[in-house]
Amino acid sequence: MATLVTIIVFILFLSAILTGGYNKELMDRFRSHWLWDWITTVDHKKIGIMYGIGGGFFFILGGIEALLIRTQLFYPNNDFIVGRAFNELLTMHGTTMIFFVAMPLLFALMNMIVPLQIGARDVAFPFLNAMGLWFFIAGGILMNLSWLFGNAPDAGWTNYVPIAANEYSAGTGIDYYVLGLQISGFGTLMSGINFLATIINMRTEGMSFLRMPLFTWTSFISSALILFGFPPLTAGLFLIMFERLFGANFFDVAAGGNPIIWEHLFWIFGHPEVYIVVLPAFGIMSEVISTFSKKRLFGYTSMVFATILIGFLGFMVWAHHMFTVGMGPVANSIFAIATMTIAVPTGIKVFNWLFTMWGGKIRFTTAMLYAVGFIPTFVMGGVTGVMLSTPPGDYQYHDSYFVVAHFHYVLIGGTVFGILAGFYYWWPKIFGYKLNEKLGKWNFWLFFIGFHLTFLIQHFIGLFGMPRRVFTYQPEDGLTLINQISTVGAYMMAVATILFVVNVIYSYRHRVPVGNDPWDGRTLEWSIPSPAPFYNFAQLPKVRALDAFWHEKMKGNKEMEPAEPLGPIHMPSNNHLPIVIVLGFFISGLGFVFRSNEVGALGLIFAFLMMFVRSFEKDHGYHVETDEVEKVEKGVKA
Amino acid sequence: MTGCEEPDRTVFSPKGEAGEGSLDVIMLSIYIMTFVVAVVLAIFIYVLIRYRQKPGDNSIPKQVEGSMKLEMLWTVIPIILLAILAVPTLTHTFSLAEEAPKDEDPLRVKVTAHQYWWEFEYPDLGIKTAQQLHIPTDEKVYLELTSDDVIHAFWVPELAGKQDLNPGSTNKMWIDADEPGTYEGRCAELCGAGHALMNFQVVAQEKEDFDKWVEKRKNPSSEPKTAEQKAGKEVFTQNCMSCHAIDGTQMKTKGEKAPNLTGFAERNKIAGLLENNDENLEKWMKHPEQVKPGTYMPSFDFLSDEDMDNLKAYLQSLE
Amino acid sequence: MSTAELEQAKTSAKLPPHPERATMEGRNKILGLWLFIGAETVMFACFFGTYLALKGSNLDGPTTQELYQIPMVAISTLILLVSSLTSVLGVLGMHQNNYKKMMLWFGVTVLLGFSFLGLEIYEFVEYVHAGHTFAGSAFGSAFYTLLGTHGAHVLFGVLWISGLLVQVWRRGMSLDMAPKFFSASLYWHFIDVIWVFIFTVVYLMGKV
Repeated sequence: MATLVTIIVFILFLSAILTGGYNKELMDRFRSHWLWDWITTVDHKKIGIMYGIGGGFFFILGGIEALLIRTQLFYPNNDFIVGRAFNELLTMHGTTMIFFVAMPLLFALMNMIVPLQIGARDVAFPFLNAMGLWFFIAGGILMNLSWLFGNAPDAGWTNYVPIAANEYSAGTGIDYYVLGLQISGFGTLMSGINFLATIINMRTEGMSFLRMPLFTWTSFISSALILFGFPPLTAGLFLIMFERLFGANFFDVAAGGNPIIWEHLFWIFGHPEVYIVVLPAFGIMSEVISTFSKKRLFGYTSMVFATILIGFLGFMVWAHHMFTVGMGPVANSIFAIATMTIAVPTGIKVFNWLFTMWGGKIRFTTAMLYAVGFIPTFVMGGVTGVMLSTPPGDYQYHDSYFVVAHFHYVLIGGTVFGILAGFYYWWPKIFGYKLNEKLGKWNFWLFFIGFHLTFLIQHFIGLFGMPRRVFTYQPEDGLTLINQISTVGAYMMAVATILFVVNVIYSYRHRVPVGNDPWDGRTLEWSIPSPAPFYNFAQLPKVRALDAFWHEKMKGNKEMEPAEPLGPIHMPSNNHLPIVIVLGFFISGLGFVFRSNEVGALGLIFAFLMMFVRSFEKDHGYHVETDEVEKVEKGVKA
Repeated sequence: MTGCEEPDRTVFSPKGEAGEGSLDVIMLSIYIMTFVVAVVLAIFIYVLIRYRQKPGDNSIPKQVEGSMKLEMLWTVIPIILLAILAVPTLTHTFSLAEEAPKDEDPLRVKVTAHQYWWEFEYPDLGIKTAQQLHIPTDEKVYLELTSDDVIHAFWVPELAGKQDLNPGSTNKMWIDADEPGTYEGRCAELCGAGHALMNFQVVAQEKEDFDKWVEKRKNPSSEPKTAEQKAGKEVFTQNCMSCHAIDGTQMKTKGEKAPNLTGFAERNKIAGLLENNDENLEKWMKHPEQVKPGTYMPSFDFLSDEDMDNLKAYLQSLE
Repeated sequence: MSTAELEQAKTSAKLPPHPERATMEGRNKILGLWLFIGAETVMFACFFGTYLALKGSNLDGPTTQELYQIPMVAISTLILLVSSLTSVLGVLGMHQNNYKKMMLWFGVTVLLGFSFLGLEIYEFVEYVHAGHTFAGSAFGSAFYTLLGTHGAHVLFGVLWISGLLVQVWRRGMSLDMAPKFFSASLYWHFIDVIWVFIFTVVYLMGKV
């Protein structure tokens, strides 16, 4: 009966949409609202901003989860949050931070900046780009709905089977994980393809590959890693979904399955994922360090090749997460050596950053502070990474707090520092005003000290025998004091994060417009007005050297030489279909979570129907006429 | 408050060859990595102090492209350092994976992990026990690890690194202890709600003490002696027998779902976790979910005080 | 060029040589599809790996040797290979500005695709009767996941091409449509290549 009603309602909706049998006046009111403009936008800068807002929201959510975890661990045998509830917290914290914070915040910066850096008016697939954003938001919401409806996933962000199987994780918690990640994963893959195609096809005249700024390069490699790294996750998630929902038997030993298959699929994705989130941060650091040292990046070419090499090796080393699984000494040795080799290109990068600063004129803006703080922090994360690559050592470190400390050094010291540096650095380009530097410095020092307080000591918590993902320890373990220090540090980081939010609000209230080039920048994005106009470049620039804008400035030119005459600019039109298509997937995901295969199937059918509607659309975009461009350009300059 | 206690199971004080093997590699990597961090920090601090922009200095520094020599230097030196690290890494990887010699007759123990307890079976000796693994000192003990339900990991930091216990397959590792003592073990792979408390102990004894223990386990004293214990055994057969086994008694069934309780009085800990005394035993039997979340042990708070006392008396008489 | 002129250029009957690459949009589309094929290849590789790891776990169900009927599968293979050829002929028609020819051959491709799907469904029904089910064993799960994913791709492919045919039928050929047909045919070749691997790895290797 319920199915019948669902189907009827569905058909009614569909016929209303397809025949236009809806209230036109109401639609007009919707369409003239500013929110409609944002929901239907295909402008990469607006999409970037929305990625930023979404990622920021989930960062606060994941941060609260982290604080609850550290609070529980403040005392031995604390009974604040124990058992399954604790497992839910740690799972949601990890999953949220990786998929719904690190990736979208990097996509935010990539969206805002990459087209500007290569001299493009837009990305290759504006429509897909918008879809990617909505997929991320739908996936994030779907996963977090698990807190409201029943139970959250509780098998760790690695979601190992069998604890993720129906038998050992009762309820629908894991289904939220599987479908939430599947949906956001589609979006990630689309964004990856979009950036690859954008960077390959849309570079302006003279912007050869070896003149691309390093942030563009790292975004490019990162997107390539997404392209080949996400499909194993997609495949693995399908397997788990089929096992949980349709009774398949991939992992159930009693039915001939093998749980190790999931571990392999997960880590074939999971290791490249680490580089996906850290490489763009490397790029940001390269830009920031170079700009604020007033020097060209030392060893640009070797930086580029180191990036490519890291990306390539990233696919060869997944099994170092599985040294204790019992693969045997031969396999362990091979993966150990392969892992160690990654230290070489990473080391090259670190020394190149140091020697970029060497002989420079360093200005300690907040962005630069984050970049400077990143170097020793990331080196710490890197050397513990080499330590972890040795199987005999790893037998002790594995799944202990040592590993927790290691990857937080990489993911916070690398990715989060990078993202924050990027925000402080590019904020004026996107919004037209700087973030407050004084609050920024407070923000940095609190975050930096809080971070080291939290995680430096966790190396020792691990070496003193505390496994990760445990909700408590015993008083006689002698781990009380160090756990308490770690918790205090976590609260400091929370204060720092609040300070960042305060800074965003304060800087907006006291905004002072800045010119095109507030930092004395080197790359193309600083040659256009701030905030960047919606068409980016009135005339596409002609690139004549690495650090194109710096090159022109050194020659005494105030602007880039144009590669084309001033003319009408072709722009893509807004479209509401991205969010509509994603809505179909979202409904489908929710249907499958609630074990209603009918709703699940209907959602999918709806989504595919909308894709066909899209295929029939004649979408040629529109043109911005020359006089309008001139008006906008004058407006910003005045 | 016991916050000032020393950590009791650090990987820095190994009590056996396997733990030392890991520590060798750990220490070597720490030395090398300290050197790397020191070099980076030295350059880092020098650069930050020396090359900060002075007020009023608006000159433009020389735009350096790079330096082949320097870049070769920091490519080659890390390779050399890694090679130094790789050699002991490989030798120890293989020595830690050494399997039980075929010609000799080493002590083998089959370890089976369950949510959330450990089963130890000595197939050559015909003994089954739980939660507390007894081994002789100065001898390699070969473990065969498997799981009955989900993936767990066996970790006794002072004796050896981890090894996973996978359902449906068997992993191998060896451990040894060079001095007698009790070493704390933990499950190190998230295995469900009770993961944090899936503790166990390894008791290492001199060879003759161990042999005595083996004899005792083979001929356990499990029959009740006093009237109280006899009544306790009655309570046990009615309530506990379907899950727990006690060897050396005339019970009809042998529970396999929960730890074997033979020689319970000699265990250091209850449920691998609480100090073994009457008070904790009652706490565990009455409210197991509070002690170890997720445990499959049901609550026995419906037992009368008398039954509970008799049961405790019986369990504490098992030697 | 004003918008109106551009519109006209895009809908004129005579397309430039290699119309699929004539516009930036077209070039992006084709590159994007190549990238997507790269990603799909990895996903199929994962399903192949899973299948190879689990193909011996048939429990009570039939083994691969008992199950597979090579003649029927060979017919499926032939159908799909021919359909790849017809889609090439379709693209050729487009390049020759002969849209009737293009429509005809893509139409044949769609028909062949549907007959492949029909055969596959028939085959699955047979297998289920023989006791080889999705939930019965790890082998069954891995088999149907691999084959089913491929089948879903074939279904998507025929629906996609059909949609394109309807568009041309209703609105006539235009510069917009060229990259769409070209990428649809690329995608179709990809599905075909995957099937060749399935035929080899699943069926032929399952018989030895």
